[in-house]
Parts: sequence; C-alpha cells; structure tokens
Amino acid sequence: MQIILAIIIGTLFGFVLHRVGASNPQRIIDMLRLKDFHLMKAILFGIAVASSILFVGMSFGIIESSHLSVKASYWGVIIGGLILGLGWAIGAYCPGTGVAALGDGRKDAIFFVLGGFVGALIYMLVFSSVKSSGLLESILGGKSTLALTQSSYPALIHTMPGIAVALVIAIIFGLIAWLLPKSAS
Amino acid sequence: MTGQLNWFCGGIALGLVFVLAVWFVKPIGVSTQFVIFDGIVWSKISPGLIVEDPDSKSGYTSTNPYLDKSGGKYAKNIANPFNYSFIFVICIILGAFISALTKGPKASVEDRIAPAVWRNRFGGDPSKRYLAAFLGGALVLFGARLAGGCTSGHMMSGMMQTSVSGYLFAVAAFAVAVPTAIILYGRK
Repeated sequence: MQIILAIIIGTLFGFVLHRVGASNPQRIIDMLRLKDFHLMKAILFGIAVASSILFVGMSFGIIESSHLSVKASYWGVIIGGLILGLGWAIGAYCPGTGVAALGDGRKDAIFFVLGGFVGALIYMLVFSSVKSSGLLESILGGKSTLALTQSSYPALIHTMPGIAVALVIAIIFGLIAWLLPKSAS
Repeated sequence: MTGQLNWFCGGIALGLVFVLAVWFVKPIGVSTQFVIFDGIVWSKISPGLIVEDPDSKSGYTSTNPYLDKSGGKYAKNIANPFNYSFIFVICIILGAFISALTKGPKASVEDRIAPAVWRNRFGGDPSKRYLAAFLGGALVLFGARLAGGCTSGHMMSGMMQTSVSGYLFAVAAFAVAVPTAIILYGRK
C-alpha cells in the first residue's frame, strides 16, 4: 500500500512541478534575479493552500497530526540554507526540480543530479566533524512550530488556537502571492 | 490544462500535492534520497558498509556515522531501497515525463542543454553549463544535508506546518540565491 501511495503521490508531484514550470531552470533564474515572480507566487500560494487545508483537516480530525514531521532548528539549517542558496543560483535546480527535469529530458539536470550525489557523499564523509562542531545542536526550541499542532512539537505562539495562527500566516502568504507583480522590469 | 499553469492554478495544484502527502503518508522530502542512492552504490562496492544488527533500533547499522545516525534509519532504507521515500522520488521523473508528453510546457533542444538566460550570458558551449549544473548540484545537496532538508522538505513541507526551521531555511536560501543570481545573470 505504501509503495502504491509512493507511486501515485510521487508521480503527481513530478507532474505538478513540471506543469508549474519549477523544473525549468529559466523560471528559477528569473525568480531569483527578481524578474519574473510567477514561480514565487505559485510557491507562496501553494504553501498557503497546503497549510490551510492541513490545519483545518487536523482540527476536524480528518488529517492525523501524527503524520506531521517537523524538522529541528539548528545553526546548520541556516548555514546549509546559505550554501544551498549559492548552489541553487549556480545550478538553477533544487533536488526535487532537478529530478523532475530528468523526466523533461533536460541534459543539464543529469549533471545537476550527479553533482548532487557527490555533494551528499561529501556530507556523509564529513558528518562526524560537522556534528562535533556543535552546528547540529538545537536552537529556538528544536523541533518547534509557530502554530499549535495537537502533537508534541513545542509551539512558539501557544496562547492562541493553532488553526487561527496557521490561517493568519496562510492569509499573509496568499496576500503576498496575490500582490506580487507577475514580473518586474 | 496545457502549457504552463498560471500561478493561481499552479499554486493550488502544488498545495494539494503537499497536503495529500501529509494526509496519507508524511510530508514530502527529496534530498535524503540522494544519500540513500549514494549508500546503495557504496554498499555495492563495499558490502560491509551496511550490516544487519538486531540491537539497533532500525535493525541495521553502518560503518558510516551519517548512515548510522537515528538508530540506523538511513542504513535500513539503503538495505531496502523498495521503500516509500525512495520510490516516491523515482516517480517524480515519471510524473514530469507524463506532463511533458501530455501537452505540458515544452522545452526546445537548446533549452534542454542550457536555459536561454544562460546561453545569452555565457554562450552556447554545453560543457560550461554542465559544469555549473554539476557544481550547483554538489553545493545544493551538501547544503540540504547540513540543513536537514531542501526546498521541498524545509521550505514547502516545513512552512506549511509552520515549522520554525522552514522559515529559517527559506530566508537563508533566498538571502544568498537572489544576489548570486543577479550577479551571475544580470537583470536584463
């Protein structure tokens, strides 16, 4: 059953990434050089849609909060994000969109994915020294969220119902998506 | 539904896939599977990399500390590649392929080597673009593993759960990616 779900959701994900233009490096570069906000609008609106349905679904008991998986905050998240940002601008793919671009027949994506195997391998080899450097120690409450999630994750805003916090954030994301111009000169 | 979706329909489609994944299984993530693939290849070359160990939480241990972390959960997935997360990522290729076949946005032969903005800036020599894509891939996956997730896992899946780590990651990634892209490609 898990494998069938993997095939269905994985295929859908690849289909949508391609259809929304995320597997096109031109679109990524145009977003990052602040020229064409199509993808940025789609990403922000996508997060708003997903988050609203998730929190409404959880409050009605349709989506189990045990399915959540909140990642910890630590200095490596920020430093890793900075390094990823550099590679993102140079390669113009992310892990997911690079894999999707393989299905689009893009040859540069083959090199991106091969580079990805090397980058991941280097991390595997240096992991012990990264760990002993303390970069992986939790900050900001570790696996924390802004909104309460009915699970054991600590929430930074715990005086209000999680659904209210999540919906306000979703509305802000949706508004930014709506108000961002399609393109800048 | 032909060509590229507009941001509104594209955003809804993207959001639905992410919520569907959490509803039925777990949040979407991709970058871990690069490690799993490496591990599969590595353990073919040196079979002692992953061994069964009933004392470990996952039932497997590895001589590599990264694969051995969290009770050997990566080691377990390398020993059993036919698992949800790995098949999920393989099927992304299939999904994009189906979209391209069914009137999705079309990429020209030149676009499949390098995007137009790259060709205008750095010329049509494919090897330059391939080298940049390779270097970019190495940086992206090293960064993603240090951060514990990528654009899918941290940015989309993370922020939809209002994870603090998702916002940290997104701000950091864009803070470098935007100026780098403007320096590399200009704004014309």
